Amino acid sequence: MTIYHPPGSPDSKVTFKPRYENWIGGEWVKPVKGQYFEDISPVNGKPLAEVARGTAEDIELALDAAHRAAPAWGKTSATARADILNKIADVIEANLEMLAVAETWENGKPVRETLNADIPLAADHFRYFAAAIRSQEGYFAEMDGSMTAYHYHEPLGVVGQIIPWNFPILMAVWKLAPALAAGNAIVLKPAEQTPVTILMLVELIGDILPPGVLNIVNGFGVEAGKPLASSPRIRKIAFTGETTTGRLILQYAAANIIPATLELGGKSPNVFFKDVADHDDAFYDKCQEGFVMFAFNNGEVCTSPSRALIEKPIYDSFLGDAITRTKKAVLGNPLDTDTMVGAQSSNDQLEKIMSYIDIGKQEGAKLLLGGERVDLGGDLAGGFYVEPTIFEGHNKMRLFQEEIFGPVLAVTSFDGYDDGISIANDTLYGLGAGVWSRNGNIAYRAGRDIQAGRVWVNNYHAYPAGAAFGGYKSSGIGRENNRLALSAYQQTKNLLVSYSEDKLGFF
Amino acid sequence: MSVIDNVVASVTVPGETIPRVEFLPVTVELLRTLWDQYGPLMFHQSGGCCDGSSPMCFPEGDFRTSDQDVLLGRLDIAPAGGAPQVLDFWMSSEQFEYWSHTFLTVDVVKGRGSGFSVEAPEGVRFMIRSRLMDGFGPQL
Repeated sequence: MTIYHPPGSPDSKVTFKPRYENWIGGEWVKPVKGQYFEDISPVNGKPLAEVARGTAEDIELALDAAHRAAPAWGKTSATARADILNKIADVIEANLEMLAVAETWENGKPVRETLNADIPLAADHFRYFAAAIRSQEGYFAEMDGSMTAYHYHEPLGVVGQIIPWNFPILMAVWKLAPALAAGNAIVLKPAEQTPVTILMLVELIGDILPPGVLNIVNGFGVEAGKPLASSPRIRKIAFTGETTTGRLILQYAAANIIPATLELGGKSPNVFFKDVADHDDAFYDKCQEGFVMFAFNNGEVCTSPSRALIEKPIYDSFLGDAITRTKKAVLGNPLDTDTMVGAQSSNDQLEKIMSYIDIGKQEGAKLLLGGERVDLGGDLAGGFYVEPTIFEGHNKMRLFQEEIFGPVLAVTSFDGYDDGISIANDTLYGLGAGVWSRNGNIAYRAGRDIQAGRVWVNNYHAYPAGAAFGGYKSSGIGRENNRLALSAYQQTKNLLVSYSEDKLGFF
Repeated sequence: MSVIDNVVASVTVPGETIPRVEFLPVTVELLRTLWDQYGPLMFHQSGGCCDGSSPMCFPEGDFRTSDQDVLLGRLDIAPAGGAPQVLDFWMSSEQFEYWSHTFLTVDVVKGRGSGFSVEAPEGVRFMIRSRLMDGFGPQL
């Protein structure tokens, strides 16, 4: 057990600067309008630093820098870019504890997760895309004996990226790594809830990348995100967030005739077939943990398994064991490595979660566990903590249909395979799902029948670089976390070459 | 200072007779300030992750609605005797199928960020509180 010292205290791994600027053209640049906003730590509800409040003017400066850098960067060799990505990975790894503690302080998630998931995955993600770009080949086709079509991958140029607050560094890296590997220059806007750790990362890796290749403008969606997403000076926009903003971004992209990739969340079913309870063994224990995964990252995950579907014959016994298991999830100081559930990311997030607990009760869902805000007292008294909460109800309730983005689980039963799949697919979304069975045939069929981009079979919440991630239905467009993401940041150039002296004969 | 009342929406869903949306006084007050800054405004209710499930407030027309959206109501935030200041409140049709049994109250809470919604820089955000509507229940 380790309890990390809070940032700012003498023995802490982290010292925040009082103020963070925008990162443009390889240097810190003050916002044109000179305004700043406070970044609040959800751990104690207190400000941790001031951050530049960027506007359209700052986005233009960043786009200027990106356009200056893009041509040369786009012509570097894949070898050189892979080398840079690997160096970035090394720096992240060398600063693991510092970045993990900072991420926990800014986002509220338990430090056991930032130490073992967020930051190591970020490093590995850069390495994966270093390998992917090194090993990517163009392709050609022989049209006939004297004509060949060559296909080259070319970077798009300057791209825009808008990052969410639930995994501030990792979600940025999911977008940065493929874009950089493919040779694009980037203007990135972090979430206004969690801008600082990305800026700490760029402080560490700033001299590895040529100036202007990566530019970061902080600020609010309406003031900085919108001018970026709607700019005619980007060749692609990538966004992770919710449906209304996703649609708005598609509208801006339509106006500029550019591609957009969107990851818009979900309401992921976690389906437990009756045979999981055939034995009380290590696998049953794994299934029980799989149920409690709704509390991972305090439930603030787009793929949170927030609907548990349990087959009728084992419903009471499996659910009973799972509630006992969930009670053992330790809620507490996010900087304590024993803590499993930390702080929700912001006050409004906490308020929204509580409003869902309220509507759940009104709709007649039965509260089985939790349901209350928690005051941890002492230094953490102002933080945003909610008990892991379990409701039993029906899939048509709003509790089962909306992404609460908190540690709130909606549980129901199903009667046989077809009923289970039907409930699992009765949702607007299709991002993630879990399937648990000892029977490989059932697990396979269920995995294929559930309409979601990622179905975890006999596991949940693993995010290894290389496994494609993205949504069906209203959960978005495009894939990340796999070499497929390169194509979202590349043009295809076709050289159609004639090796013949003979004219076509038309004129 | 004049006391502001709740503003209840007009009924705009075809075939219905009772309103579906209301603004609290604190919401009306904030919206009047934002109206002065941005001009006419609209709401579109979001779903999905991060800032999802929140009512997003945009300059009117900035978000293009379509046949895939339902107009839940129109709300006039103008002070008594003033020129009308009417906001449309929209939701996607597919989302409405799952929300139709609930009455929505738009509140304001302290917070940070909400997509491209215009209130975020004020350090607050709009939030939905829900109650069951008379005569409606989840479509079992």
